[in-house]
Amino acid sequence: MIDWPLLSTLTFLPLLGALFILLVRGDEETVAANSRAVALWTTVVTLLLSIFMVTRFDGSEAGYQFVERAQWLAPGIDYAMGVDGISVLFVLLTAALMPICILASWVSIKTRVREYMLAFLVLETLMIGVFCSMDIILFYLFFEAGLIPMFLIIGIWGGARRIYASFKFFLYTLIGSVLMLLAILYMYWQEGTTFIPDLAAHGFEADVQTWLWLAFFASFAVKMPMWPVHTWLPDAHVEAPTAGSVILAGVLLKMGGYGFLRFSLPMFPIASDFFSPMVLALSAIAIVYTSLVAFAQEDMKKLIAYSSVAHMGFVTMGIFSATMQGVQGAVFQMLSHGWISGALFLCVGVVYDRMHTRDIAAYGGLANRMPIFATVFLLFTMANVGLPGTSGFVGEFLTIIGTFQVSTWTALFAASGVIFSAVYALSLYRRVSFGRIEHEGLQQIGDMDRREIFIIAPLVLATLVFGFWPMPILELTAPSVEALVAGYQEAVANHYSGFEAKPVE
Amino acid sequence: MTTQFMNDMLLILPELVLFLGAMGLLMVGAFSEKDATRSVDYGAVGLLALAAVLAAGYASDATAYAFNKSFVMDSFAALMKVLTFGATALAIIMSQRFLRREKLARFEHSILLVLAATGMGLMISANDLISLYMGIELQSLALYVVAAINRDSLRSTEAGLKYFVLGALSSGMLLYGASLIYGFSGSTNFNEIAMAFQPEDGILPMAQVIGLVFLMAGLAFKISAVPFHMWTPDVYEGAPTSVTAFFAAAPKLAGMAIFLRVMMTGFGEAMVAWQQIIILISIASMALGAFAAIGQHNIKRLMAYSSIGHMGFALVGFAAVSPAGISSVILYMALYAVMTLGTFACILSMRRDSGPVEKIDDLAGLSQTRPFMAGCLAILMFSLAGIPPMAGFFGKLFVFRAAIDAGLYSLSILGVLASVVGAYYYLRIVKIMYLDPPSEDVNEPMPRELAILAGGLTAFTLLFFVYPAPFIELADMAGAALTASGGISAR
Repeated sequence: MIDWPLLSTLTFLPLLGALFILLVRGDEETVAANSRAVALWTTVVTLLLSIFMVTRFDGSEAGYQFVERAQWLAPGIDYAMGVDGISVLFVLLTAALMPICILASWVSIKTRVREYMLAFLVLETLMIGVFCSMDIILFYLFFEAGLIPMFLIIGIWGGARRIYASFKFFLYTLIGSVLMLLAILYMYWQEGTTFIPDLAAHGFEADVQTWLWLAFFASFAVKMPMWPVHTWLPDAHVEAPTAGSVILAGVLLKMGGYGFLRFSLPMFPIASDFFSPMVLALSAIAIVYTSLVAFAQEDMKKLIAYSSVAHMGFVTMGIFSATMQGVQGAVFQMLSHGWISGALFLCVGVVYDRMHTRDIAAYGGLANRMPIFATVFLLFTMANVGLPGTSGFVGEFLTIIGTFQVSTWTALFAASGVIFSAVYALSLYRRVSFGRIEHEGLQQIGDMDRREIFIIAPLVLATLVFGFWPMPILELTAPSVEALVAGYQEAVANHYSGFEAKPVE
Repeated sequence: MTTQFMNDMLLILPELVLFLGAMGLLMVGAFSEKDATRSVDYGAVGLLALAAVLAAGYASDATAYAFNKSFVMDSFAALMKVLTFGATALAIIMSQRFLRREKLARFEHSILLVLAATGMGLMISANDLISLYMGIELQSLALYVVAAINRDSLRSTEAGLKYFVLGALSSGMLLYGASLIYGFSGSTNFNEIAMAFQPEDGILPMAQVIGLVFLMAGLAFKISAVPFHMWTPDVYEGAPTSVTAFFAAAPKLAGMAIFLRVMMTGFGEAMVAWQQIIILISIASMALGAFAAIGQHNIKRLMAYSSIGHMGFALVGFAAVSPAGISSVILYMALYAVMTLGTFACILSMRRDSGPVEKIDDLAGLSQTRPFMAGCLAILMFSLAGIPPMAGFFGKLFVFRAAIDAGLYSLSILGVLASVVGAYYYLRIVKIMYLDPPSEDVNEPMPRELAILAGGLTAFTLLFFVYPAPFIELADMAGAALTASGGISAR
């Protein structure tokens, strides 16, 4: 084991970089250049540190590792950090996407570079903090505080309707979260602690669980986002700058699913069981409905945003199937969607930087002038559809298997959703890449340059490697997921056997 | 001189220092050859600092009474006095330059503020209806005058007059309630009132309830809780900005302190009769503060509605009527004072071509022209909205925790929903500063003392989460001292 606070270092390292950026002096040019450099170095060091953490992580253990605990707010509310098999990979995902985001903004962000890099580094601290928190109040602190930098990123560097989008993003997510806060306070009152493992072991009364579950659901369903509270996402995605979209789709959406796994299932198993038909139904609707909506979009980013909602439907479906395969698949799907959707937004960013439009109709025939782009875009389109051999397949397949054991109908609709996703994704690809170049402006468009290839290469690698060989991820998450599912099944079984044990009157 | 008398004097030493010091400063101002405004200001700040230090000296002591139990000194009073005197001193420091440039600098200003602080000190320590009324009036008379200190401005004199008329009305209600209570209990002392106000079978006689309600109406006016808030927006807007800064912090602290003291000590047993009133005015204040602020264009008016809303949130903790609730109110008020003073340090720096501006739209693009000021204001706005990790979040966390513990679920849900609505208008200020194209509406640099104050208060707000334990312990200690006197601690 490591005897220094690894997770705290990892969490607050980006903040240190932010402090550095704050101290940079000079004219605008120098400040911008230095801010970029500091941000890149900080995120790279954070990435290396998080890789180091994953290598030292014992994948055969189900419990929390690298635990830190110190007195903080009040008796029972401590500063507690730790990662288990479920959260460790999200930390890595966050740390890995950050340098990509910084590099993706290297040229396209020209105004207020210092503030931009500052916002991203602060955001990284908060995101890693969310996944490392072992105290629920601490989790809430990181979870909510993340709204501030994202609000600024969308609002300052976003597109034409950025103000509407940023307000919608902020207020939508806030209203869900405050109800969760009340539920947290209730749990604190009941149990006298906000330490997550203690709360998970507590076993709340069945009727109390219902209310608490609903309050948490209000927060995570919005964050996820689940149909019908997903409407903030397309707006936010369309208006956000490329890197903002990457981080939004890649990490922020995962907090919803992570929340379900960390709180809803282990802490309120009976309520989760009670509500799971509803969640499965909502997931099935999300998969089918938003796929059809995506098909009707004329804006590339909006299309990908709706496809994200559909893919998150697989995640909620997998989680609330509460089977080993379903939950494993959900975790895998979240990670794989993290890099696939991130890569798709980067692809849109590549052409957007050149043409300054996201209108699908403004493109066509890009394969002629941009062969590398067309290849990469094709790969990620296929991965988004869930083609075997890409990581997108593994997650969708596992969640469908898991769900099939619980509800064949949901699995049926979800599987048909895969076909719909092929419809919109392939049609997008055809309209953008194939055909002849008809628009005047596209005649001189250049292919991806070295920086862009360098950014997207790791994502290509991840998609293919984990598409063919998903075992490393599945093995790392297995013990924790197994413990989670076993605990859940046991709690549900105990609850219902309790009913049967009563004498029949 | 008897030892009894000496002991009594020792307990009111902070107020004594302020009072005698104010008299001395008045002499200095009146008889000095040159304009003595500046030295009087420094003298006033020194006095307030001294009084705060003296008050802090009682912090760890057990409850002590003076003047036949009409004056009480405990750690609750000590903490609230330190906060009030501190807030008053900061208000004087912040106001100096503003008043000088607006040609309002008169030495009477800080003397009036010191006198108001004396009144607030007496209020906080009042343990008797008479001393309560004396403290409130001493404070209020000084406040009426400073509101109208810009006598050549119609707005300022109107603010002063409005404040006076409505304040007089509320004092009348308070007196009426006090007389009824005296009639039913035969005493003006809070401890003895508590003996008389013992509900039988959970019901208080109707006549006693009427007296109690009138008393509460008078006190609610002082903290500008709905429905006694009408004066707040007009007075905040009309009074010179530096005076508004003072109004927003210190009198609110003192008003909330005496509200807590009266209800917990005097009517702790009769809780059933007044808890629902607190819940009602809390919900009304939160809702009005949240919705009415949305349409405001003047930042001072917006801060008025914001303060109404924050009083509502503080009352959420009060409504719990538990030791945890009382200490959460204390913490909330302290953090509120810090955030408000920081915000007003920024508002006082809003100047164009050497004149003050107060429209919210004048802040457009401030992040590019004045990044430091915009950063401070943005952090304070997020804090006022209750977004973690700012201090304002912890204030809300603890009041809602107390409410949940007491089983007040509907109040909590309405409260957090109101806070989301409120977040909208705080966000709007951030949006104007960061998202809108810059205008040159605020084109003067921040004065040094305001920059230091705003920076310091913002840093406190931002970094509160790093080591919050000592502040929370202080609030708990003060809360425990107050609840011990009311017999609530058993619950």
